[in-house]
Amino acid sequence: MDKGAALLVEDLHKSFGGLEVLKGISVEADDGDVISVIGASGSGKSTFLRCINFLEMPTKGRVVVAGDEVQVEERGGRSRVKDRRQLQRIRRQLGMVFQSFNLWSHMTVMQNVMEGPVTVLGLGKDEARARAAALLEKVGLHQKHDAYPSELSGGQQQRVAIARALAMEPRVLLFDEPTSALDPELVGEVLKVMRDLAAEGRTMIVVTHEMGFAREVSSRVLFLHEGRIEEDGPPDSVFERPASERCRRFLASVLH
Amino acid sequence: MNLDAIVSAFPQLLAGLPTTLLLVAVAVTCGFLVAVPVALMRLSTNPLPSGLAFAFVYVFRSTPLLVQIFLIYYGSGQFRHFFEQVGLWVLFRDAWFCALLALALNNGAYAAEIIRGGIMSVPKGMVEAGKAVGMSGVQVFKRITFPLALRQALPAYGNEVILMVKASSLASTITILEITGIAKKIIASTFRPVEVFIVAGALYLLVNFVITRVIVLLERRLDPLHRRPKEGALLERTGAPTPATAEVKPRA
Repeated sequence: MDKGAALLVEDLHKSFGGLEVLKGISVEADDGDVISVIGASGSGKSTFLRCINFLEMPTKGRVVVAGDEVQVEERGGRSRVKDRRQLQRIRRQLGMVFQSFNLWSHMTVMQNVMEGPVTVLGLGKDEARARAAALLEKVGLHQKHDAYPSELSGGQQQRVAIARALAMEPRVLLFDEPTSALDPELVGEVLKVMRDLAAEGRTMIVVTHEMGFAREVSSRVLFLHEGRIEEDGPPDSVFERPASERCRRFLASVLH
Repeated sequence: MNLDAIVSAFPQLLAGLPTTLLLVAVAVTCGFLVAVPVALMRLSTNPLPSGLAFAFVYVFRSTPLLVQIFLIYYGSGQFRHFFEQVGLWVLFRDAWFCALLALALNNGAYAAEIIRGGIMSVPKGMVEAGKAVGMSGVQVFKRITFPLALRQALPAYGNEVILMVKASSLASTITILEITGIAKKIIASTFRPVEVFIVAGALYLLVNFVITRVIVLLERRLDPLHRRPKEGALLERTGAPTPATAEVKPRA
């Protein structure tokens, strides 16, 4: 097994009832890769991302994070996670940023960012607070420590959510349409943070509708169609010379 | 109406207040301890715990509390031999224990439904965010689901505590001398039901007034949005003119 790969996904399948949403997806991400996943709604982009950290249980396939493969067993014709603790350990390596932020509404900004390090990693409060403060500074929210999520704009909430994901010091960051729920004027501030992260060499898988971001920031772009990877390559080749007719039509429809 | 009767009944009934408060406190505490596991069982996908919890809630919500008290107090006497053999007669022969058991189980059934509703209201995304940082199921429940569920359930839960204060008066039917029990005793010797019950009613009002205030304070404390004064209110308090008031010239 390639220990070097930050993330390896092999032949991932997912069905909801009789509907097969993912029909065998394989991706390998090395450290520092920024992979954008684009495609029409319903193409399986978000399901793919949610299967990587097992928020959705894949029907079939392997997920290996930094050499650690999520162990799955068959029980009564259904696959299930063999060892919850192992999955929890792997999830620490996969920071997730959701479309609708999903900040914990009963905690302040500071508490949201400290929660994972304290509860999951067992960090002391002081250390966790220092780490959280540095990350909030980084996403430009150092003056909002004591605010509650409901007091923040969508863009601010999403930046807190990014800080929360970073606080776990994950190997890979997963972004699930991080700007889709934002008012247009707030999209930029979140994309800026994400650009900075990419520039730092963070490994990122980004499901997005932001073609500008996909094109300029990512090292690789995947175009998903009906649960399969239709197009896969560096942004220039995907955006300039897509081999797939569907990808060409999709790009034409979103870029104009 | 006799004012003297009211004045003389007051200290006697006041002496029953601690008993009432003790009944309510123990019943609500034990009720909560019953309610949380019952609510979780109800939410289980396994039909056995879910069915058992449903049956418990159904029985205790669908029969009068007075009937439950009588069944536990008088009913256990019918099975005295059995209770003696299992060593529980010391408990069941005691009216206090029977009243508390009935109140706690009744409260637990209602509270279980309130907590279940609270748990179901927790946004799925917040639970997923907990899983995504690597929390275990127990950690997600303790740190996210349960605190959010309680906040949601608090107004309904407060209502249930108030109902419990009033329901505790039924303990008087099995010899317990809380406020209502003492009231009945005084009436039996003074034949002044109106005056005595006015005082008793006033004491319940007082208790529930305090409970209502405590619940409001708790809600404010737990709900960050209510905790802070709105921006406008803050300006008024600090005396700074708000744009709206600044332009209005004071009337001469």
